[in-house]
Amino acid sequence: MTPLLQVKDVSKYYGARIGCAEVSFDLYPGEVMGIVGESGSGKSTLLACLAGQLAPDGGEVFFDTRAEGLRDTLRMSEPERRMLSRTDWAFVHQNARDGLRMGVSAGGNVGERLMAVGARHYGQIRAQAIDWLGRVEIAADRIDDRPGAFSGGMQQRLQIARNLVTGPRLVFMDEPTGGLDVSVQARLLDLLRGLVREMGLSAIIVTHDLAVVRLLADRLMVMKEGHVVEQGLTDQVLDDPQHGYTQLLVSSVLQV
Amino acid sequence: MLNGKIGDKMTETYQFKGVSSESATAYNFAYLDEQTKRMIRRAILKGLAIPGYQVPFASREMPMPYGWGTGGVQVSASVLCPEDRLKVIDQGADDTTNAVSIRKFFERTAGVETTEETAQATVIQTRHRIPETPLTEDQILVYQVPIPEPLRFLEPRETETRKMHSLEEYGLMHVKLYEDVAQHGAIATSYAYPVKVEGRYVMDPSPIPKFDNPKMEMDAIQLFGAGREQRIYALPPHSRVVSLDFEDHPFDPSKADHACDLCGAEDSYLDEVIIDDAGGRMFVCSDTDYCRARRAAGHVGAEGAPYEETTR
Repeated sequence: MTPLLQVKDVSKYYGARIGCAEVSFDLYPGEVMGIVGESGSGKSTLLACLAGQLAPDGGEVFFDTRAEGLRDTLRMSEPERRMLSRTDWAFVHQNARDGLRMGVSAGGNVGERLMAVGARHYGQIRAQAIDWLGRVEIAADRIDDRPGAFSGGMQQRLQIARNLVTGPRLVFMDEPTGGLDVSVQARLLDLLRGLVREMGLSAIIVTHDLAVVRLLADRLMVMKEGHVVEQGLTDQVLDDPQHGYTQLLVSSVLQV
Repeated sequence: MLNGKIGDKMTETYQFKGVSSESATAYNFAYLDEQTKRMIRRAILKGLAIPGYQVPFASREMPMPYGWGTGGVQVSASVLCPEDRLKVIDQGADDTTNAVSIRKFFERTAGVETTEETAQATVIQTRHRIPETPLTEDQILVYQVPIPEPLRFLEPRETETRKMHSLEEYGLMHVKLYEDVAQHGAIATSYAYPVKVEGRYVMDPSPIPKFDNPKMEMDAIQLFGAGREQRIYALPPHSRVVSLDFEDHPFDPSKADHACDLCGAEDSYLDEVIIDDAGGRMFVCSDTDYCRARRAAGHVGAEGAPYEETTR
């Protein structure tokens, strides 16, 4: 089975400081990978490198494209990479405002990716927008409201709908539940888990919330100071942490 | 033909000939110095070579405020030669402030002949309209453009819009049209309606009414100058210009559903004029020359009086 995403020795340096160093892993179709670690451990840097938003200083990232099989996304041309990032990839930002067009209605936000890949039938675009708002539990009568009129949780769900509407195969999520209160977090996680399973998505989720990875991720990677210190199956890593930092991380979770 | 009209001017330097008033002699022909005109002509030629592409140019300060057609004036000054006949219109009219002042500007600084008749003019500078009379291959139409970037209000970053143009990522333009239909039930954009040129660049046709969009596939050269934004773009004759739309909401070049009250024309773009404070209104051609010519030919609208030569 070919991996969907193959990461080999990706490194990014900020001058003399390490962003992330020599990260390698394979992600298979349908698999959800969690990346945890403290602030400044290089999680977001790694994610941005993988999603083509930052140019890493070294390493290779292969993506299994529909047309041509494995391609190095770091060395493909910018038009190709931008095409990938609005068809087969999706990026969910921590702050929904970064991923949404705040001046455009919810329907327009969801429809943008469809129109970007050539949809030119208003009725069909709108029907798909309504369908997707329904899937992320936003009432259809809110379709013409702007995201500014939505609560934080709704904005995050709208961002997810906007990203998933073109049926991507790989979703990058940068702390999708950060900044939301716990009950909204739980609902969002439930929704995400349903969508990921239903659509057979692969996902890379960056978070510092261990509950999120426990619920969503099949595999887990623990990062500290730019290096991967431990990786394995989520339950295995969380239940039997081997590395000192992972043990600290697991034991730091507050029990209510 | 392009060479004949603009290319030759690259090499020529016009001496001021048609002195119409004494103060005019202090200016170089058509106000701008020859180096500036050559720079603008280079930008125009590049624009004509890549229809719809916005060519940056070093816009000069002109003796009029931004928004009054500084871009159009610079383009006109660069294409004018002493034997040209100039017509200037503002919203279709020859007698509005903007048109009168720009016409006077070129009378003084270039000494060229001016006219109000569309068919007689060789260079027409326009603000927000295309004349009703079809233009010919011997004419140049110069537009005044306030904001040349059609994506500006959707994507404020210039770096990003340039990338979108170069990669032909125009999905966002349809988001604007989507918003229109979602809010108003139809594409409510009625002026500055985005067009796709020669299947490649999406272009802002300057704020002309969408009624004029189909006329952009014409025989004349069309030049667009944006002074404040420092951009020139162009359409060579017979360029393919397609107004963007949805399959189920096709482009509709609409106008007021009336005939002109002065000349009775049913095919021209109309202005609504409020005539009293009791709700009275009339519709008249926005193209004053077209209306005058029709009345001179004997057409009379619902509220029009027979044409009299002496009234002008």
